[in-house]
Amino acid sequence: MLSCNNITKIFNKGTLNEKKALDDVTLQLNDGDFVTVIGGNGAGKSTLLNAIAGSFFVDGGTLQLDGEDITFMPEHKRARLIGRLFQDPLKGTAPDMTIEENMALAAGRGGKFSFGIGIGKAQRAYFRERLEKLGLGLENRMKNKMGLLSGGQRQAVTLLMATMSVPKLLLLDEHTAALDPATAEKVINLTKEIVEQEHITTLMITHNIHSALECGNRTIMMDDGKIILDINGDERKNMTVEALLQLFRLKSSKELDNDRMLLTK
Amino acid sequence: MGDVLSFLESSVTQGIIYSLVAIGLFISYRILDIADLTVDGSFTLGAAVSATFTINGKPLLGVFMAIISGMLAGCVTAFLQTKLKIHPIMAGILTMTGLYSINLRVMGKTPTLSLMRIDTIFTPFERLLGDKNASYLVTSVILLLLVLILVIMFFKTHLGLCVRATGNNEAMVRSSSINVDVMKFIALAIANGSVALSGAVLAQYQHSANISMGTGIVIIGLASLIIGEIIVGKKHLIQNAIAVVIGSIVYWIIIALVMRADIDVSDIKLLSALIIILSLSYPVIINKIKFFRQKATGNRLAQTKGEK
Repeated sequence: MLSCNNITKIFNKGTLNEKKALDDVTLQLNDGDFVTVIGGNGAGKSTLLNAIAGSFFVDGGTLQLDGEDITFMPEHKRARLIGRLFQDPLKGTAPDMTIEENMALAAGRGGKFSFGIGIGKAQRAYFRERLEKLGLGLENRMKNKMGLLSGGQRQAVTLLMATMSVPKLLLLDEHTAALDPATAEKVINLTKEIVEQEHITTLMITHNIHSALECGNRTIMMDDGKIILDINGDERKNMTVEALLQLFRLKSSKELDNDRMLLTK
Repeated sequence: MGDVLSFLESSVTQGIIYSLVAIGLFISYRILDIADLTVDGSFTLGAAVSATFTINGKPLLGVFMAIISGMLAGCVTAFLQTKLKIHPIMAGILTMTGLYSINLRVMGKTPTLSLMRIDTIFTPFERLLGDKNASYLVTSVILLLLVLILVIMFFKTHLGLCVRATGNNEAMVRSSSINVDVMKFIALAIANGSVALSGAVLAQYQHSANISMGTGIVIIGLASLIIGEIIVGKKHLIQNAIAVVIGSIVYWIIIALVMRADIDVSDIKLLSALIIILSLSYPVIINKIKFFRQKATGNRLAQTKGEK
């Protein structure tokens, strides 16, 4: 489904602050894979997702999605194939537009522009049905401005929006990190539900090692721009948080320094 | 009484013509969140094009061509902003500066074009109604309604939604697979088209076009926009549209009153700037007043408690 072949990204090339954020990373995702990504601060997790989404072009290597070479495809074109959620709930939605307007934008993803009415009757009914499934009562607030919702509500709607026209790949960058624990759990469960239902290939960064092992079918660990661990199947099933931390120490010869991760251990 | 009426009539007509500038600024400043200074140039461009066509006996075509030329000017600014990555304010200033020369060329290298005793878009209604001032008002109201309906309808379409979202959250628009650059082209073209239309109609209204008539027009448009928003509100699109018109009319009534009060015409720009400063800082001032009140009551409460 997705293949990253020897991708490299160097920030501030040729200056004192030069940083190899991605160092010859090769990663293959199979159709329907739900991969969780963990790693310390500055390990290159977000850079990997940004590279795949096209926030910048990679300095070396190639990217393929569903057989199509996307290495130099601009970000907005890639967005037709890739759904994406950020850590910051404010990033995924337009605050001054209503919930239904936001959803209409997302529903248009992949399609062409139209001069037709922005939101038709049928579309509104469909949005209502989708919102009802969230169980947050948002179906009755469709004309409310997005900015009035809480972070968790916004993130839930963003998740709906990202998956409404089903993407080939879903990228989640610690999308529950800014939420309180109860809401975070809700959003994680919702994520699992949607990903499973729509059979979406997913790459999820998380700071929560529990959910890293609990969600999906495969876990990779990154350090210093490289993938240092890639587990799935039985090995992953039998993995404990302790053992995983032990492995990290062994592989990178240092302690895991993701501050948020340590807090949720 | 008749004096007051005619005074009101001309302010209202002017307000309606200038409200097209405020519509343009609403699109660039409020929807796209860019202070677009192209406006000073595209307003004059509209006037110049319109006047030139009117002299050649084609007033209506002149208005139409003015809109097209204004849209092109907007596209130039959008190109500088998006493709050449020039800062939005700088991009506007550059287009505006370049337009000065272009406007002079359009006007045949004279700084003023007179349209005295030449048929304009107002002439048909003037013949029909038999009254010059009534025709000015009716014609500009019809034009304004046309523009308002078109703009409101546009922003209700899916494409319009995309443009609105661009100013609101660019990252989100990009991840909805929408080309942000294209949206900026569209928005700036519409905005400057509207501004040029305003210049075009004004030139025919006052029977002259002047190379410097666009100077400071950004400020006038912004002042109108903000005054309107304070009076009418800005909750939804329809309210925005009404606000723009009301704001512009109020602005021109204020200006007319000032002129009557024997204030030097050359001080008008300073006055406009002051009006804008006041209206822009309005929320800050209100908050400060609230804060001081709260502080005062807080102090009083503390005092009474202390006395007990």
